Amino acid sequence: MSDDQAINRDRRQFFGMTAAMASLAVAPGVFLSQVKSARAVATQAASDQNRWGMLIDTSKCASGCNDCVTACNKENGISGIHGTATDAQWIRKVTLRDKLTGYVQSLPLLCQHCENPPCVDVCPTGASMKRADGIVLVDKHICIGCRYCMMACPYKARSFIHEVLDEQKAVAPRGKGTVESCTMCVQRVDANRGEEDKTKHRDPACVEACNNNGHKAMWFGDLKDPNSEIVAELQKHGGQQLRPDLQLNTGVRYQGIN
Amino acid sequence: MRLLSTRRRVYFLGTVLLLACLGSTSMADIPRPEIPKAKEMANPATKCVRPVEDMRKHHMQYLLHQRDETLRQGIRTERFQGESLKECIECHNAPDKYGKVARHDEPDHFCNACHRYVAVKIDCFDCHADKPANAVYRNPLADKKLSQQSGFDSEQLLNQLSLDGVAPKGDKQP
Repeated sequence: MSDDQAINRDRRQFFGMTAAMASLAVAPGVFLSQVKSARAVATQAASDQNRWGMLIDTSKCASGCNDCVTACNKENGISGIHGTATDAQWIRKVTLRDKLTGYVQSLPLLCQHCENPPCVDVCPTGASMKRADGIVLVDKHICIGCRYCMMACPYKARSFIHEVLDEQKAVAPRGKGTVESCTMCVQRVDANRGEEDKTKHRDPACVEACNNNGHKAMWFGDLKDPNSEIVAELQKHGGQQLRPDLQLNTGVRYQGIN
Repeated sequence: MRLLSTRRRVYFLGTVLLLACLGSTSMADIPRPEIPKAKEMANPATKCVRPVEDMRKHHMQYLLHQRDETLRQGIRTERFQGESLKECIECHNAPDKYGKVARHDEPDHFCNACHRYVAVKIDCFDCHADKPANAVYRNPLADKKLSQQSGFDSEQLLNQLSLDGVAPKGDKQP
């Protein structure tokens, strides 16, 4: 398994290099891209200087607590239609029980915002995509609802919308026939980028609720910013990936899973 | 040859029929879409972010253009806020005199008023909110005097869109 992946990654790097060399060879292409980047707005696009991530301390996560899920549903307008197994879940609580010792722990599971997302690999239309700042999203304009991404995701983080929806939130368009998952509250992340006053920056709804309700089990921040709180915490106490064997380099890390 | 002459005959008959129809009905009988007034239109100082003719002809190109940049690159500048579908709905789909806000499948919804008339089905509102999130609305562009009165160049943006392959080249506003 891991040998196959190593080969795969090399292949990708090779193709990437070939593409880069080809684009250098085409001089008119270089000129065109200069014309395009002259637009002032392009400077405000999400940048690969950031990588947004989360850290979750499962030892502080109480098994009965559902605050993050409730906050996510409220922010993004996710409500159960029939309370059935097909209702969308952007974040859900998972209980782990060690069969030998009987030790039970609870953790929130959401899109892990992988650096190498399998959902993006398998998408036949390009709807499943990763933004420059590491947030993995679905472009529902071109999603055909094939659900390959749902099968590819090792975390079962994505949901399919089976029925006509109504009363969607303006910040989170969602609809029948498309796949969706956690957006890391991209509307808040983008609002933060436009706001210079850092005290007005807002964490994703789940993190905000967890901290506001005094649990303080979740951190959100820029994994590429050495001064950020999340990086300090990661350096101090570490944070593990779920299924690190898959080498997806997830943007969501966990502490205290054993 | 025979085929051609048959076609000509059909054209001639068609023209005669059309003239007969035009003669029998006056222009006032032709149904027109009743487009609801926007919130900002009540104030003559703050017009739409673009001239009306421009918007009627090109709104789909502007929307397509900004949707990709917003979703894929996260560009949500003021200029794009002033153009996004969300902003259109905030201002244009205003409550009626009874305080009722039209839904997207009703004839008095701002988008549906025209789209019903021209029989163009849109699926924007299968996912997007079809009514404003806020009762009070201020156009951010109008507030900052960046609208067309202060020299907003929609032709320049159209040219830029045609460079990007969004709008057809040489397609200028009437």
